[in-house]
Amino acid sequence: MTNRIETSHSSGHPRIELRNITKIYPAVVANKDVSLTAMPGEIHAVLGENGAGKSTLMKIIYGVVKPDAGEVCWEGKPVTVVNPAHARDLGIGMVFQHFSLFETITVAENVALALPGKPELNELSRRITEVSEKYGLPVDPRRLVHSLSVGERQRVEIIRCLLVNPRLLIMDEPTSVLTPQAVRKLFETLRQLSVEGCTILYISHKLDEIQELCNSATVLRGGQVTGHCDPRQETPASMARMMIGKDLPHPQRGAPKPGEPRLVIAGLSHESPDPFGTDLKDMHLTVHSGEIVGVAGVSGNGQQELLAAISGEEPIGEKHPVIICGVEAGRMDPGERRQLGMCFVPEERLGRGAVPRMSLADNALLTAHRRGFVKSGLIKFAEVKAFADNCIKDYNVKCGGSHSEAKSLSGGNLQKFIVGRELMQNPKVLVVSQPTWGVDVGAAAFIRQRIIDLRNEGVAILVVSEELDELFEISDRLAVIAKGRLSPAKPIQETNVEEIGVWMSGMWPDAGDAAHYSPASEEAKNAAQA
Amino acid sequence: MRLKLEARAEPSPLMGYLSPLLAAGLTIIAGFILFSVLGKNPLQAFYTFFVHPIRDLNGIAELLLKASPLMLIAVGLACGYRANVWNIGAEGQLVLGAIFAGGVALYFYGSDSKFVLPMMVVAGAIGGMLWAAIPALLRTRFNTNEILVSLMLVYVANLLLSWLVNEPWRDPEGFNFPQTKQFTETALYPALIAGTRLNVGFLISLAAIAAGYLFLNRSFKGFQMRVAGLADAAAKYAGFNANGMIWLGLLLGGAAAGIAGMGEVAGPIGQLLPSVSPGYGFAAIIVAFVGRLHPVGILLASLLMSLLYLGGEAAQMELNLPSAMTGLFQGMLLFFLLGSDVFISYRVKVVQPPKAQARLKEAAA
Repeated sequence: MTNRIETSHSSGHPRIELRNITKIYPAVVANKDVSLTAMPGEIHAVLGENGAGKSTLMKIIYGVVKPDAGEVCWEGKPVTVVNPAHARDLGIGMVFQHFSLFETITVAENVALALPGKPELNELSRRITEVSEKYGLPVDPRRLVHSLSVGERQRVEIIRCLLVNPRLLIMDEPTSVLTPQAVRKLFETLRQLSVEGCTILYISHKLDEIQELCNSATVLRGGQVTGHCDPRQETPASMARMMIGKDLPHPQRGAPKPGEPRLVIAGLSHESPDPFGTDLKDMHLTVHSGEIVGVAGVSGNGQQELLAAISGEEPIGEKHPVIICGVEAGRMDPGERRQLGMCFVPEERLGRGAVPRMSLADNALLTAHRRGFVKSGLIKFAEVKAFADNCIKDYNVKCGGSHSEAKSLSGGNLQKFIVGRELMQNPKVLVVSQPTWGVDVGAAAFIRQRIIDLRNEGVAILVVSEELDELFEISDRLAVIAKGRLSPAKPIQETNVEEIGVWMSGMWPDAGDAAHYSPASEEAKNAAQA
Repeated sequence: MRLKLEARAEPSPLMGYLSPLLAAGLTIIAGFILFSVLGKNPLQAFYTFFVHPIRDLNGIAELLLKASPLMLIAVGLACGYRANVWNIGAEGQLVLGAIFAGGVALYFYGSDSKFVLPMMVVAGAIGGMLWAAIPALLRTRFNTNEILVSLMLVYVANLLLSWLVNEPWRDPEGFNFPQTKQFTETALYPALIAGTRLNVGFLISLAAIAAGYLFLNRSFKGFQMRVAGLADAAAKYAGFNANGMIWLGLLLGGAAAGIAGMGEVAGPIGQLLPSVSPGYGFAAIIVAFVGRLHPVGILLASLLMSLLYLGGEAAQMELNLPSAMTGLFQGMLLFFLLGSDVFISYRVKVVQPPKAQARLKEAAA
């Protein structure tokens, strides 16, 4: 499985060499004296927690950010990468963690923007389809980007880079929203690129992936290099120790003690208002108090639509298909549903889960205002601040304080804040989408533990995630969403990654046939009783 | 060496306050150059423009008189602007407020009931709200752009007023001038300072500033409007009613403009004329932004804007300068403010040309 390219075979200069790079932002030292070398054909991992300075270092190579000190050498020659266009001219491609796509134009147009000259769009669409099929990254070049899910957007980013045959490919957490099968495909692609001599800088917090894929690694902590290693010689635990400076905690769960049904999806069908969206077809699911039900699936199979129908952001025409704590809530708006005791962590943090230009205190008020923070229409600022401060402390959110703007936080820290805000509201039903997307291993373990703790306290929890490992780690039962339909939920002990992987392509027993006995029809009965 | 704009980690609150002062300073400098080019002694021109109008009590009363519709409208508009509801048609809502209030005054012509004036205030507010309801309805129902609709309705409102004073409501004893009868005492705001034109309307504006502060900065509804303005999806996610925000934003602006229009006809004008406002509805937009959409800022900005009106009049009379002078100064002020606002989120950094850049050129050569 490991890469067989010997880094010494390509004699002469390293493909990329960073010497003593330092970058200081007004509020934080992002990189201090960082050096890194990668040879042609090398797959080099850059490891570190959120805020360790990985993304900044990559942006320096890609010309997005200028270093304050230090030198970048490209194929043996010192260069100053002026901007991303210059980087692409040199042969550097990058897939960003935060996507850099324009939402109002199509996939093909977005790709065209990153290419030199004025590519002919039909021809380009053909090439996109070609590359996407070759590397197992299906995406329709004519679709508008705003209608794509996170996973699909990432595919566009990857394809965009692959189109120009780069000599250095930077991947910033590329697999976080891909299916296991798609990750396999991607790894094959990356290995193939490596054999062709392309150097890959691979940023990820998934240590098992790094161990499997990469043949060297640089570890960052707090903006400084704490070590180099060969991931093939390490274990995920030993690498985690280098990254966070201590051993990684493992989530403790216990047997579930399911109680009464709290969230019931009973025959939910809904036509998506978005022409590129997924229509929901006759979904059934029951989440009881004291259990965690996971929903697996490849992004773009109806997750967004299902979550919007549950949260109330896209109300459905009828009342009965969504039942929250015994109340038929299909027509209620998100505020009324929260009133029933539901809390929700959405997929997008900035702009949906949090207002980027508002302080953390204001962002706490956003959904937590029902905790008596409003009296006679006026806000009790002191209590809001206390709540936000607690959330920052309990969830170890690294920030300047409750007055910091949400957009000044790194993705993982903002995620911790949003999860904390929702969890601290003592929900009866908790719906979480991608709980640990882009969050580092330490924080992810912490968030999962908190979710399990809530379940032990009797909260009904629905987790929608595209990370199978995570779902297997925390769920009590697991359902699969595919093409707008929902499989029966199976207890985690009775299934495995392979079966769920097959189900993710829409093939579960009696799929689309409700005549037979199945947990799905069982749940329909439950729903009718509720 | 070159200069570079660099994003700040967080917006500077200090620059938020300094920016309007910087803009005012730059406006003065530009004005200085302007007066010099026009062949006027700049110092004397400045004196005429900015000091002469407020040299005595009467001058100060005039300053407050003109500032009161500006601050009233601006605070109403700020409610909507915070929610990204762009009501540009306050001038039209002002005219409708004047028409409704004028209608009440004419209907009760000669009555000595003390309820006429309060009724006029209510009627003015209703008139302004009705006019603002049109863009609100079209936006929430058909997703039309409220900027265009509200702006176009300004011209409709002016034509409506023009028709009323030319036809049905024309004063039969007015020598055919397009104007209504002079309102009687009961339909006019009482004076606040004897011997000046400053009236009770100023107190209403001050009350609006206080109410605006409470609403915008302390109330949960105001918070919801800010969220809606900053992040649509977050407002939806939190369950705030987006259409409700649009309605509220437009209606508050409309009501404030309508009351301001009522204040003009029940104050300095005292009757309906084909024109009841020297563009207060538009100037208030500048006031709202110079005042940072904050009620206290709006209060100060309205004084500055009012001074520009008075100075413009003085410049016409004393310096023989065209009346466009007022508009020019208003425009410069907004222009410099928008420019200075860049420094709230960015700062200037001096960068040395990196040595590596030179080496790159060598490598390329």
